[in-house]
Amino acid sequence: MKITPEETEHVARLAHLDLSAVEVHAMTEQLDRILSYVAKLNALETEGVQPTTHALAIHNAFRADEVHSSLTQAEALANGPQQNGEAFVVPRII
Amino acid sequence: MEFETVIGLEVHAQLKTKSKIFCGCSTAFGAPPNTNTCPVCLGMPGVLPVLNRQVVEYSIRMALATNCRIERVNQFARKNYFYPDLPKGYQISQFELPIARHGWVEIEAAGQVRRIGLTRIHMEEDAGKLIHDPREPVSYVDLNRTGTPLIEIVSEPEIRSAEEAVAYLKKLHAILRYLDICDGNMEEGSFRCDANISLRPKGQAELGTRTELKNMNSFRNVQRALEFEERRQRDILLEHGKVVQETLLWDADKNITTSMRGKEEAHDYRYFPDPDLIPVVIDEAWIERVRAAMPELPDARQARFVAELGLPAADAEVLTATRELADYFERALALYPQAKKLGNWIMTELLRELKGEDGIDISACAVRPEELAALMNMIEQGTISGKIAKAVFVDMLATGKPAAVVVQEKNLVQMSDTGELVRLIQEIIAANPQQVADYKAGKTKLIGFFVGQLMQKTKGQANPQLANQLFAKALATD
Repeated sequence: MKITPEETEHVARLAHLDLSAVEVHAMTEQLDRILSYVAKLNALETEGVQPTTHALAIHNAFRADEVHSSLTQAEALANGPQQNGEAFVVPRII
Repeated sequence: MEFETVIGLEVHAQLKTKSKIFCGCSTAFGAPPNTNTCPVCLGMPGVLPVLNRQVVEYSIRMALATNCRIERVNQFARKNYFYPDLPKGYQISQFELPIARHGWVEIEAAGQVRRIGLTRIHMEEDAGKLIHDPREPVSYVDLNRTGTPLIEIVSEPEIRSAEEAVAYLKKLHAILRYLDICDGNMEEGSFRCDANISLRPKGQAELGTRTELKNMNSFRNVQRALEFEERRQRDILLEHGKVVQETLLWDADKNITTSMRGKEEAHDYRYFPDPDLIPVVIDEAWIERVRAAMPELPDARQARFVAELGLPAADAEVLTATRELADYFERALALYPQAKKLGNWIMTELLRELKGEDGIDISACAVRPEELAALMNMIEQGTISGKIAKAVFVDMLATGKPAAVVVQEKNLVQMSDTGELVRLIQEIIAANPQQVADYKAGKTKLIGFFVGQLMQKTKGQANPQLANQLFAKALATD
């Protein structure tokens, strides 16, 4: 096993997700399959290979400091499940 | 038992770019909520953030100004946390490969000069703003600030008192302002500070348990919050209690720190390199270009004011506290090249009028440096007395009128007309026979009395040197 049910619960908590026991079980199995698949990479001999973060051999993709037009307020809020016309509305945090 | 205080500071400085760090939305403060947003800073799926080159340029400037080693290859990382001010579910920051490390700044506190180490400087995006409803159990999210470029400057835990912490913050603040890369406005949140503080018995190498302080939005609040927390921890330790490692919020109204449970629960950021952003590579040529364009920094300017202008160190420190004030001084100095006199005038007459809670805002001053120089020259040439100049200056500050206009409108030009003064002097001598007799009998201090009488008659406009001379002459020959 690559992941325990406790770890699944921990990650769910970090994402503010409430999972039932059945869901924790199902998620753990699915996550384990994904992690096991990715773990195949560990079979490779990487001794002496520089750690890389990208497959592309390029660097420094910049944009100039120029202002472009933004979305309208209505467009920005359009996908919010709850909004009051100027702000997104979420359950109180503090 | 004696304790030693250990403080480390994290400063977040918003960079003065026009557009955000990874998209072209405006960074302007005060726009209506959610009007400076786009799919990139709203965290829509499938978008690609592209780094604003100016952010790197400004960060290099700060790194050079604080004696940091610039990392030739640096990389952005995702800091994962789930909070409504951050629509993507992660903040783009730097983790393993920040842009700069191992710097230092020099501070002076309690008459001692000390070097405070910087652990690192990294680039990151700011989060949005939450407004909590006072009645309903909801919060309102404004994402205008999301994606505003920040640098985070992390100090080594080498600060030993609240006073040193403030000196360190003021030094960073001054450097950022001199570099013109951050507006430094603490109330609007352009310059923010979190502090880690712990106590340990003097002589012990191991660090005590620390608390983290937030919500200190002025230098004064930083000082008061750290002093409060220092006392609170000392009291706990003296009673053999245990300091709890937690995040505390400074309550400036009640003057206490309060626990901020809730958000705290899990610091598990699961950093990993951001696959959307390729590495930043900074070559020597780029660094040299930035270095060549660096402005004079506060320490260097202060030293120059002492060495070249002959100012006392304390004056030079006050006059270089902000770039704007030092610029103001030098612009006036170009037209009135007497550094000490000009400095005194600025430090007493000008700063007294402009002093606010967190220092001086010279940009709000109605008197331009050229006009201050004109006023100083009028004193120098004997057109007005120093005393009248002070009144003229208050008028100039209130009305923004040039010195010459105020002097003319109020008819304040000093009387240097000898004939007119002699006539008045004769009147005074005739009216005060007793004082004249006493003066002639040797009480020469009475000259002050006579000059005072003349000043009354002329409403302070008689040239005092000339009045002294004329009285001495008149009383000697009479």
